[in-house]
Amino acid sequence: MPVFDNIPALLVVLPLIASAIVSLLPSARVAWILTFVVTLLCLFMAFELVDIVSNTSSFSYAFGGWEPPWGIVFVVDGANVYLVLLVAFISVVSTFYAYTILAAEIAVEDLPKAYSVWLLAIASLFGLSMTGDAFNLFVFLEISALSSITLIALGAGQDRRALLAAYNYLIIGAIGATFYVIGVGYLYAATGTLNLTDIVDRLNELGTNQAAITGLAFMLAGIMVKAGVFPVHIWLPAAYSFAPSAVSSLLAAVATKVAIYYFARLLFGIFADITLLVEFFLLYILMPVSIIGIFFGTIAAIYQTDLKRLFALSSIAQIGYITLAFSLNSNSGISAGFIHIINHALIKGSIFMAIGIFAFCIGKRATMTSMQGVGRQMPITFAGFVVAGLALVGMPLTAGFISKLYLFKALFETNNGILVAIIAFSSVLSVLYLWKIFEVMWLKEPTKPLKIEKEPIMAYLPVWMMVAVIVVFGVYSNDIVMSGIGAANALIGAN
Amino acid sequence: MTSINLILINWNYIVVILLMMAGLYIIISNQNFIKKLVGLSIFQSSVFIFYISLGKVSGGTAPILTGNDETLYSNPLPHVLILTAIVVGVATNALGLALVVRIQEAFHSIEENKLLALKKFSEQEDRQL
Repeated sequence: MPVFDNIPALLVVLPLIASAIVSLLPSARVAWILTFVVTLLCLFMAFELVDIVSNTSSFSYAFGGWEPPWGIVFVVDGANVYLVLLVAFISVVSTFYAYTILAAEIAVEDLPKAYSVWLLAIASLFGLSMTGDAFNLFVFLEISALSSITLIALGAGQDRRALLAAYNYLIIGAIGATFYVIGVGYLYAATGTLNLTDIVDRLNELGTNQAAITGLAFMLAGIMVKAGVFPVHIWLPAAYSFAPSAVSSLLAAVATKVAIYYFARLLFGIFADITLLVEFFLLYILMPVSIIGIFFGTIAAIYQTDLKRLFALSSIAQIGYITLAFSLNSNSGISAGFIHIINHALIKGSIFMAIGIFAFCIGKRATMTSMQGVGRQMPITFAGFVVAGLALVGMPLTAGFISKLYLFKALFETNNGILVAIIAFSSVLSVLYLWKIFEVMWLKEPTKPLKIEKEPIMAYLPVWMMVAVIVVFGVYSNDIVMSGIGAANALIGAN
Repeated sequence: MTSINLILINWNYIVVILLMMAGLYIIISNQNFIKKLVGLSIFQSSVFIFYISLGKVSGGTAPILTGNDETLYSNPLPHVLILTAIVVGVATNALGLALVVRIQEAFHSIEENKLLALKKFSEQEDRQL
């Protein structure tokens, strides 16, 4: 069918057009329905895309019929097809969730505009995960940054500090994006092309080239800012903790993951031929930085009392696990990284959603003091929250266990006992903050009655949808493992 | 002599580096949010000049077909890319300024050091809740 040939373009264009329409709608409910229908359509198309790619291994779409390397091209292969599916799934679930929770946190007259920016963010995430053009990626990077900043700033109705968080993200994000453009400039000067597959060929012919290496350094630095990798993560905790809950769950789940995917693609797909440099970067820069990031995130989370900030800090640790897996520079390491990208997106998304429901029902920010005994008053949401928390630690029968299993498998291959011990220790540390929350929420007596007695079904249903997927992936792990291995093969096989 | 020549030939790239460092320094050192955005603009502009320099072929003319095969053209692609980057830069600045207006309304200050002091205070408030 001709429609199916245009799926990569439609995934971006559909939310983009809908975004313009939604901003003009007078009613918040109609705006939500349109947003939800669009995300559902995107999910359907993403499934179709998985189907196409599983048959043909790679699917590329040239815009306007301009064949690559002249035109802009979207490429979907084993490395990013599950990322597209993930973005589509998370956007459906979090849009569903936004119906009650976003509406409670934002003024009604602002809601259609909020959904408009929401769709813009989703469109840019699809674009980021599919584009095969280095400069086009920058444009999507900026659309995603600007729309996320606007969504974060919407949290100002609840807490004015959201504005400062948004401003900080704007400045740091813009510096990161500009670094990326400088890198693209160097790369263009060295190779004369912007098409990612073409760049690989040209770099092969060039051999070791100073301009290309400088370009790689700038691009990696820029992408690391966007991905929230440890030393350049400082925008992340404040941004996730002050954004509206629905926004935190969307951004924490997919926004950084898309940047990490591109980070992996740069290292293993595009610059893999500059072997010495990439190996040096992975071993002497990325690995130490990831380990420090894991410990920094976990320990900072243990001492944190604000729940959203706590899990934002734990995100930094989890991103550390992903980059650590990449830094092993082995096939199993890259697969482990990709498996954890998907699992962590599902886990963090559902945790942020659950916290949003707690805050909605108690009527104020979820902190260690305000959450006393809330678990007993809200058993349905709390149960989902606990399962997601267990998955975060890596409990068997949850998707988190599969991540940890494959990460340790990759670590054992290096025969480095100290590394394995360090990571095992850090996993144990993460039990501490989850136990602290469990203790406060379940073992302590409730102090106050809830502001809203009944748990909103429209809000806990999406949490349980995510939790169900987490458990299914934990029990029937074949699909998720194959997706990770497929991604690693597609990346390494690409050069 | 050769090093002076190198500087003279590549003076535009030296301007790029100077502007880039000046922009970054302003972002890091200034407390005022508007001045930080000015620094960001300068930083981004330096990259624009970098791209425009890349696309210039010495002796080349504007890339409009003359019908003569021997005409030397400048590379138009980096210039087109920078048009896009300028639009992105304008959008970033507009959003940044809009945020600064909201920050001024909410906190009655746009000086970072004052706001940080305020923020510490409200975080203590949070803990007491």
